[in-house]
Amino acid sequence: MFDYENLRLIWWVLMGVLLIGFALTDGYDLGVAALLPWVAKTDSERRMVINTVGPNWEGNFVWFITGGGAIFAAWPFVYAVSFSGFYLAMFLVLAALILRPVGFKYRSKREDPAWRSRWDYALFVGGLVPALVFGVAVGNVLSGAPFRLDSDLRSFYEGGLLGLFTPFTLLCGLLSVAMLVLHGSAWIAIKVEHGPVHARAKRFGTVAGIASILLFAGGWAFVAFTKIGYRIVTTIDPFGQSNPLRTTSEPFAGAWLVNYTIHPWMMIAPVLGFAGAALALVGIRRSSEPLAFAGSSLSTVGIISTVGLSMFPYILPSSIDMHSSLTVWNASSTAKTLGIMVFVTVVFLPIVLAYTSWAFKVMWGRVTTEEVRTNPDFY
Amino acid sequence: MDPGVIDLSRLQFALTALYHFLFVPLTLGLSFMLVIMESVYVMTNRPIWRVITRFWGRLFAINFVLGVSTGLTMEFEFGTNWSYFSHYVGDIFGAPLAIEGLMAFFLEATMVGVMFFGWNRLSKLGHLVVTFLVALGTNLSALWILIANGWMQNPVGAQFNPETMRMEVADFGQVLFNPIAQAKFVHTVSAGYVCASVFVLGVSAFYLLKGKYRGVAKRSMAVAAAFGLLSSLSVVVLGDESGYALTDNQKMKLAAIESAWHTAPAPAGLTLFGLPDTTTHTTRYAVEVPWVLGLIATRSLDKEVTGMSELVLKAQERITSGVIAYDAVQKLKVDPANVAERARFEAHKRDLGYALLLKAHVADPRTASPALIAKTAWDVVPNVPLMFWSFRIMAFIGFYMIALFATAFVLASLRRHDSTRWFLRLALFSIPLPWVAIELGWILAEIGRQPWAIEGVLPTFLAASSLSRGALWTTIFGFTALYGVLAVIEVRLMLTSIKKGPFEHHDDPQPEPGTLPATPLAA
Repeated sequence: MFDYENLRLIWWVLMGVLLIGFALTDGYDLGVAALLPWVAKTDSERRMVINTVGPNWEGNFVWFITGGGAIFAAWPFVYAVSFSGFYLAMFLVLAALILRPVGFKYRSKREDPAWRSRWDYALFVGGLVPALVFGVAVGNVLSGAPFRLDSDLRSFYEGGLLGLFTPFTLLCGLLSVAMLVLHGSAWIAIKVEHGPVHARAKRFGTVAGIASILLFAGGWAFVAFTKIGYRIVTTIDPFGQSNPLRTTSEPFAGAWLVNYTIHPWMMIAPVLGFAGAALALVGIRRSSEPLAFAGSSLSTVGIISTVGLSMFPYILPSSIDMHSSLTVWNASSTAKTLGIMVFVTVVFLPIVLAYTSWAFKVMWGRVTTEEVRTNPDFY
Repeated sequence: MDPGVIDLSRLQFALTALYHFLFVPLTLGLSFMLVIMESVYVMTNRPIWRVITRFWGRLFAINFVLGVSTGLTMEFEFGTNWSYFSHYVGDIFGAPLAIEGLMAFFLEATMVGVMFFGWNRLSKLGHLVVTFLVALGTNLSALWILIANGWMQNPVGAQFNPETMRMEVADFGQVLFNPIAQAKFVHTVSAGYVCASVFVLGVSAFYLLKGKYRGVAKRSMAVAAAFGLLSSLSVVVLGDESGYALTDNQKMKLAAIESAWHTAPAPAGLTLFGLPDTTTHTTRYAVEVPWVLGLIATRSLDKEVTGMSELVLKAQERITSGVIAYDAVQKLKVDPANVAERARFEAHKRDLGYALLLKAHVADPRTASPALIAKTAWDVVPNVPLMFWSFRIMAFIGFYMIALFATAFVLASLRRHDSTRWFLRLALFSIPLPWVAIELGWILAEIGRQPWAIEGVLPTFLAASSLSRGALWTTIFGFTALYGVLAVIEVRLMLTSIKKGPFEHHDDPQPEPGTLPATPLAA
């Protein structure tokens, strides 16, 4: 059961679980921050919106940090190659993500309207930039990144920040923004009192939902009709030691759709991506906020899973060296480390989920402008 | 590798790590002090303790957010700036970081939101439990990070695999129970407790000097005096020295701290002061206390403390042996099944890292002459004057802290801690000292490990990512600007909150006569 092949598969799934956990929790924080200056106009409206994420953002944020740590532990090659390769993009994300919690926390500590307004736009940047860059990064992963490994397995990246932006990767970036804005507006709708903010959130949600569907379809068209994708030409050894130099790849147009013909069940993921967004739109229209939030969540799960399943077994293909691509079978830690980490995850992830649910339950209920005015603990 | 890239990578890591650790110690210590204060509230049911807990909790919150945010940089910086390190040791080093996230950081971060926002949504005891879980989470966090850092100082339980060109885990238990990690954990969290105690002591002293909020201030001070005395004793007595006899690099650290250029007969004396001279390898004007160093470092009177020259000779032998391992690895790359080369590798693999030191001077270590090997062996000596002075300042502050808290404790026991003005002034001006000592402690640990990123395994100059100087300057400038602005904001918000004081608009404590402000300020 826990042989090297299965451990690698389990960790490939767990990496997806952590990324989806991040998108579902911190994702709505990003969406809310990106929407802040536009859905809320007055100061008390803005404080109300900020306090919808106030009590839980710290925990949500940890999905990203734990995801980073887990990739380090289970997929050291991926951690080393991707973050050093996407160096400046990563800096942008980190800077924006640092700005965001600081903004939540510090914005309302002073009465000065100019101070507050500056933070509101900092929060907008702190929400929009990571959402966009994450999508652009995923687009680059799909189209292959310009890196190569030498015989010591040191990685060299031969591209710059601007090279990351191509029509396809920009489309992925916009899809990511649309997906998270939809999720964020669904969260605002569920968490604020009925009133102007609630109504605006629903309008933004409708636009973002339609955009998600169109952009996701656009992504599919790119993958189907342009030269994107790679395939492995050497024999795969799922039990082999992790050394990417032993795998040879070649570019292969349409490769990212092949898995769906071999394993038709995988179609669930893209279907969920579309259906979830449609469900969210229905939810918004019928003013059923739980339905809208469930829809945006399902759509997020579907879209992220689609990326992983389309590329399997690739994790990060190289666009310039056909012996450097990282796959599930050549980029993992040892079976021992993967096994230990599975054990740790099986023990702690359910505990994390339990107290996270409890924390959400304690803080449940709509935030009102009245409460913002009277509760001294609010941001 | 471009030496400029290495220096810039080190500069960035030093800046971001030292900055991150401005916030961590206060989080570590203040979280437990909040538990103590809130426990008193729950047990005595006196509202003033609720006010005290909430007041320090507000300062905790301002500090916590920057600790979390800057910790994010650290989590990814190994990948962004030290990608060869990440590949080379990720199989071992990544696990503690991931476990930290799952086991500790989730707990701390999830509970901290409930702690700030849940005062009216939870029972008293329920809220206390949440506060305790925050403290538990932050301290467990430190444990896992120090297991990772301890492994860099003493890489046990792992070996090099030529097939994957990296270190791989052999015994995870050894990584967990690494004695250096244990010593570092106790030392680091104790330092955090001292830091928080001085903070609470100093801010309370400020109120007492101003004659404001006496009820809150004198009670907070009593908590800080007791907690601080215990912690400052622990930080000095359970210092880091216990691990200094374990590995060649740890011995080197000790020798550099003591500026011990040669092995002295046992028991070695402790050099109090002197001027280390790195060209003649002597220490001028040294003032020595006999026996003390031998006692501290070896816990005995008959064991020697090895000097730097002798450790360099040992390094020279290990480089020579390591070149054989390096040669075997190069041949195994081409022909993994070669049994003879595999045997040569196995015989010399523990010195492989030493051969890599030669790469600073020559592309292929196998071509190094004996003269070059002898010269390279001196690379294992870290920056001696920096080590020597950092340690002395840190240790001096450590002893000063014991004196400060002992005084505070005596005064508190005599119930004179709120009126002894010279002491209140001293406490106020002592606030920055623990931060100085803590940052110097990290400089000692990390500079002392040089030239290694992983002791004896991977030199720092090979560990960095292959980035351009331009990219590094961009991020160094960016982080400095961002962190600089945040530091200014943080300090101003802290000062504003301290100035506002522990009053709240709905549940003010009964102020003592003469201390009621004209208009109670809103929180």
